Amino acid sequence: MANIKTIDKKSKAQSMGMHTEVLTGRTQQKFFNPDEAENFYYFGTYDVDFNKRTDLDVMNMSAPEANKEIDNLMSQGYGTIVIKNPQGKHSLGVGILNKLNLIFEGSLGYFGMGSCDGPIVRINGRVGWSCAENLMAGKVVIEKNAGSCFGAAIRGGDLICKGSVGARTGIDMKGGTIIIGGDAGAFTGFMMQRGRIIILGDVGINLGDSMYDGTIFVGGEIGSYGSDAVDAELTLSDQDWLRRKLKVAEIGEDFDVSKMKKIVAGKKLWNYDNLEPTEKKGAI
Amino acid sequence: MCGIAGLIHRGKSSNVGSELQGMLQALKHRGEDSTGYALYGDTDGKNFIMRFKVGENVGEGSSSVMEDVAVYDERKKIVDQTLAEMGAKIVKEERTLPYSLRYEIDFETKDLLDFSQRIESIPGVEILSMGKSLEVIKDLGNAKMVCDRYSLDKLVGTHAIGHARMATESGVDIKSAHPFWGYPFSDVSVVHNGQLTNYWNNRRVLENKGMRFMSECDSELIAVYIAQKMREGASLEEGMKDSLSGLDGVFTYFVATKDSLGMAKDTMAAKPLVLYESDDLVAMGSEEIAIRSVLPHEIDTYDPFDGEVKVWQI
Repeated sequence: MANIKTIDKKSKAQSMGMHTEVLTGRTQQKFFNPDEAENFYYFGTYDVDFNKRTDLDVMNMSAPEANKEIDNLMSQGYGTIVIKNPQGKHSLGVGILNKLNLIFEGSLGYFGMGSCDGPIVRINGRVGWSCAENLMAGKVVIEKNAGSCFGAAIRGGDLICKGSVGARTGIDMKGGTIIIGGDAGAFTGFMMQRGRIIILGDVGINLGDSMYDGTIFVGGEIGSYGSDAVDAELTLSDQDWLRRKLKVAEIGEDFDVSKMKKIVAGKKLWNYDNLEPTEKKGAI
Repeated sequence: MCGIAGLIHRGKSSNVGSELQGMLQALKHRGEDSTGYALYGDTDGKNFIMRFKVGENVGEGSSSVMEDVAVYDERKKIVDQTLAEMGAKIVKEERTLPYSLRYEIDFETKDLLDFSQRIESIPGVEILSMGKSLEVIKDLGNAKMVCDRYSLDKLVGTHAIGHARMATESGVDIKSAHPFWGYPFSDVSVVHNGQLTNYWNNRRVLENKGMRFMSECDSELIAVYIAQKMREGASLEEGMKDSLSGLDGVFTYFVATKDSLGMAKDTMAAKPLVLYESDDLVAMGSEEIAIRSVLPHEIDTYDPFDGEVKVWQI
């Protein structure tokens, strides 16, 4: 990719006056140091002990009440919280910016675990639309199926569904990894910008439509490719990464990754040629 | 936004009125301008049940114009006369509200088109449903309000579909509320969540084929579209599959007949649906919390994929 700073000739758009800012490459600087990640805490978060465990029955609680109680338990140092009777309620577990081991004994409705950064979550049921939207870091495992917009706009972390997911999985995702044990619906990876999606089963129509960057791995049949989505060579490095990722995710450990298809963006955009910050560390 | 829910018991009957009320009430945040029920009750199958209205609910939030109750009485009188002229005998008559009536009619016919046209030629009269088992009840307010108003919680039957409406493209009134009867087919009803973008084109075509529209609600098109397909000889499932290409827009809808329940989802899967399926019960709704109201224990549910059509029998 060309270095923006070294372009002498103005682009057609710039010569038409559409761009007045001279791009300096600042957008490609790294503002996040992965070495500091482990010591990073949000203001108002808690020092919790994973060995300190408690149950929380949310049967008769509204979602705000339940979420407030989770926060209250974390403030008391509980690092492992088991949520009983979630009953498909919406917006449970949202906005947790803390290290936490969270277990849901049942299913969640819409927007479960949205806007989280850090928790390790296991959901022993199903999730509705937009599970873990905007996830920054951590791990969310769903034992059954998931609805549409699974992992929308996630920035990091691992999001794993052992069953099948609906349409628009990983829409607008900007990092992280989504792993699907079953099938995925239409428009999977729609407008994805970074990150990786692994689907062990079949995937619906318009896969990777309008994707900017990122990679999609598919084990089964593809309904159709979306605009800008193209096949790429599955390298040995990819296969090694897939094996390790599936093992860590406790899903498809024996899956023959060598037969998977790799789908990437057919267009190369100027700001999408960098590894994830955390992956830089691994590469070194 | 709107919410839809439906359930079908296979091989047995249940209190579907109360069950559907619970499902729709769980979805009331998706819209409570109006709520409608299509209930398939246990009957002896001898008489037709006609649910019809002779006016509108003009309560708070209604977009309808106030009319005197005497006008409703006059319309009812003309309906009674017309039925008598057609040789239809009213076996049982219930007038739950001044504008809403339920008749059990002893009448022999295989073609309800002429019958319906004559009844609906009376100004201000609309048949909400006609069938040997189907009863469509719809009115303004949330599921509990409508259920209480019409005492639906005792109704026993095999299956039901319903709709919680947030009015967007047409008025807050009963005529625009769901479910829609699949005029002129006995025992066919439809509920829909979404928007149809080729409503007027399809409506013109169907009106030229003799079909009728009572509202300007785009969802009514689905009922009429499926009914027309069935009139041309298609099965329910064939008609629904055809609708995936014939209807443009985003939609998830349910269709019910006397002995079956079906769902269809558009090819973009833009509208939600969660489905629970077992040997003796199928329950589905816009959100899982609707299903939870009838199955509070842990269950396996899933989202049907884009372009999926499913039909279940009782």
